[in-house]
Order: sequence, then structure tokens, then C-alpha cells
Amino acid sequence: MNEAERLVELIPRLRRYARALVGDRAAADDLVQDTLERAWAKLHLYRRGTDLRAWLFTVMHNVHVNKVRATRVTDTLEEELPELAQRASQGDALLVRDLDRAIAHLPSEQRAVLLLVTLEEMSYEEVARALGIPIGTVMSRLSRAREKLRMLMLGQGAAAKLKVVK
Amino acid sequence: MSAEPTVTEADLQAYADGRLGVERRAEVESWLAGRPEDAERVAAYRRLGEALRAAYDPVLAETVPQHLESTATRRPRARRIAAVAGWITLGAVLGALAGWEARDWRRPAEPPLAEGAVMARRAAIAHATYSPEVRHPVEVGADQEEHLVAWLSKRVGARVRVPKLDAAGMALVGGRLLPGESGPVALFMYQTAAGRRLTLYIRAEAKGNRETAFRYARENNVSVFYWIERDCGYAISSADLSKDELLHIATLVYKQLEP
Repeated sequence: MNEAERLVELIPRLRRYARALVGDRAAADDLVQDTLERAWAKLHLYRRGTDLRAWLFTVMHNVHVNKVRATRVTDTLEEELPELAQRASQGDALLVRDLDRAIAHLPSEQRAVLLLVTLEEMSYEEVARALGIPIGTVMSRLSRAREKLRMLMLGQGAAAKLKVVK
Repeated sequence: MSAEPTVTEADLQAYADGRLGVERRAEVESWLAGRPEDAERVAAYRRLGEALRAAYDPVLAETVPQHLESTATRRPRARRIAAVAGWITLGAVLGALAGWEARDWRRPAEPPLAEGAVMARRAAIAHATYSPEVRHPVEVGADQEEHLVAWLSKRVGARVRVPKLDAAGMALVGGRLLPGESGPVALFMYQTAAGRRLTLYIRAEAKGNRETAFRYARENNVSVFYWIERDCGYAISSADLSKDELLHIATLVYKQLEP
């Protein structure tokens, strides 16, 4: 299988990660597109025989960081936080939309670690290499990301219970 | 009971991810057994992972947009086609920023933009002029395709070819000769069974005109994709098709015109 075929094969995974990372479908596919273009431009830096998937996620990470840096989008979602917490949800289960928004509250470096571990099921070492950070940082970001999401989930659960009591 | 093992936060994360060896896992489990709060916390991390996968795994089953696949397969042509997606966005941005109206087409612009921009405008006008025609949309009908191609090639001064667009549900209606800014131009018309039309505008390029990437332009309600390849300039216009549909067709045309 040549590189082009392997790239095509990896697109769905890039799209899944990008969707979770940036939330919006069009923006996610833009990120994938830029990643693929960048990958071809930088292919000479990829060492054959090594993990193309890990390398691609590194490329995507760099493209994403550059984009974020270029746009400097402030986290406007922060304002929606109260609504998220107050909204009655169906039992404990997080709805996809809520999850989307909850993830958006995470600092992007924490989000990246959580998603690579959870969705891509990368080993902690792979995540460290992909993002160019020490493994200790991977673990602390993972821990913080999960704890923040858990608190958001609890907030939701508590709100749901309040509704029921009232 | 032996001394309790030391369990770190990293162990708990790895436990939640199911990444501990059998022995270590047992140690963490016994540690958690005496700490219901931590046990609940770790269980919540697991549920969170499941929720994330449930939310985003469906993306894996989605059909991959064609422009992404084209970019991934990279052949230089495919890459140029894929670049259109970027141009659509850029076009929208330019349009919004500069009020990119018709008059701006005439303005001398930076080389890559100017090269085909005049052609795109003419193609859009030709489309707007002829595509509403019911009785005389073309001069020579598709039933005389061979003659049409020979005639237009001769007049345009370049080997003109007619791509087959059946894959996109478009059939050739026919073609006509038009005046261009520097010589005769060929215009082919296609339509779907439902009567949605597009026109393909082909002009001979002066030697030395460099090849350009795919570009997108919009003139009133007519969408145009245009590019220069070898000795011809091409523009595909339609007021009836969406950008995506037109892009798909432009891709087909581009591939077929490959020498």
C-alpha cells in the first residue's frame, strides 16, 4: 500500500478526531484538508516504516495550533457554561451536543490529550511523541481534562435532580 | 494483609484506560476498594470515555468528502482540484471583505488572479445569455458532435475536446462559437434530465500563459470554476447547480481533459 492509499484510509480517523477537537463539521473538515496538504508537503520528513498515523496526528496538531494562534479565537463558549450546567439532561447520560460543548470548555491542549487517548486509543508514549510533550505532561493534562469534564457532568446531574425535586 | 501499594494519579488514569498489567491492576483495585470516592471518580472517567466514543465514532462511518480524498491521493492534478475547496473559502472571504463585485473583475489584479478572471466573467455572461434559451441554446446539437468538435477546434485554434459528464447526470446539448477578448471561443452546453444546465467555456491561451490552479468565482447568480491548462483556458459555469455539484463536475472535466 502506498502513502496515498494509507492516507485515504486514515481520513475517517482524522475526521473523527478533528470533529471532536473543533466541534464544527465544516471547520473540522477544513482542518483535515489542511492537514493532508501539509502532510504531502512535509512527506519527506516522514520516515518510512514508522507509524504514519502518529505522524499525521502530529501534523494535524501543528496545523491546528497554528490556526488557533492565527485566529486567536477567545473561548466564547465560556458564557454558555451556566446554561450547560442548569439544563436538565436525561438521567446521567450526556447528550452529544452537551458533550461537544463540555469538551469545548477544556483548554485545547487538554482536549488534544484526552481525545488522542480516548478516541485514537494511543498509548501515553505515542501521545507524548505526537504532541511533543513529556509523558508527565500527558498524564497531568489527561487527569485535569477528565476531572473538569466529570465536574461538568456532575453539575448536570445535580441540575437534573433539582428539577425532579421541584 | 501486606502493606498497601502506592497508587498515583497516573495509575488511576491508566486504570481507567484499561492499560495496567494484571498485577498492577489488582493492586489498584484493592486500593480503590477502600476509597469509594476515588472508585466513583475513576468509574466516571470510564463512562466519559464511552460517551466520547459513542458521540464521535459515528464520524468514522460517514462518507468522506471527495475533496479530502483528492487531497490525500495527491497526484498533482488531484491536488490542484482539492485546492478549490480553499478557494471557495477564500472567495467568500474576499467577497465579504472587498465587496468583490462585478466591476472588480476589470481591475488589474495580481497576476495569478487576473489571468483567468476575465475569462471567468465572460464565461458567466455567456452562461447567463444562452442557458435560458429554450429553442436555440446551441448552434450545433449533440447529434453532430464530431462535426461540432472539428469545427470549434478549427475556429478556436486549439484541439478542443468534449468531456463526457454522464457520471454526473449531465448530457451534452451541443455547442456554439462565441467572440472572446482575443479570438473565437467554444461554448458547450450540458443539461440534466430535469433541465438544469451548465456551460463549458474553452478558449485558446497565448503561449506562455502559465497554468493556474482551480479557481472559483461568482458572477451574480452564476458560479464559475476556471483554470488554465496547457494551451487552453477552461471555465465551467452554472446558475442551476450548487458549488459542490459544480466542483464535482469540474473535477470530472479536469480529469478527462488530461492529455
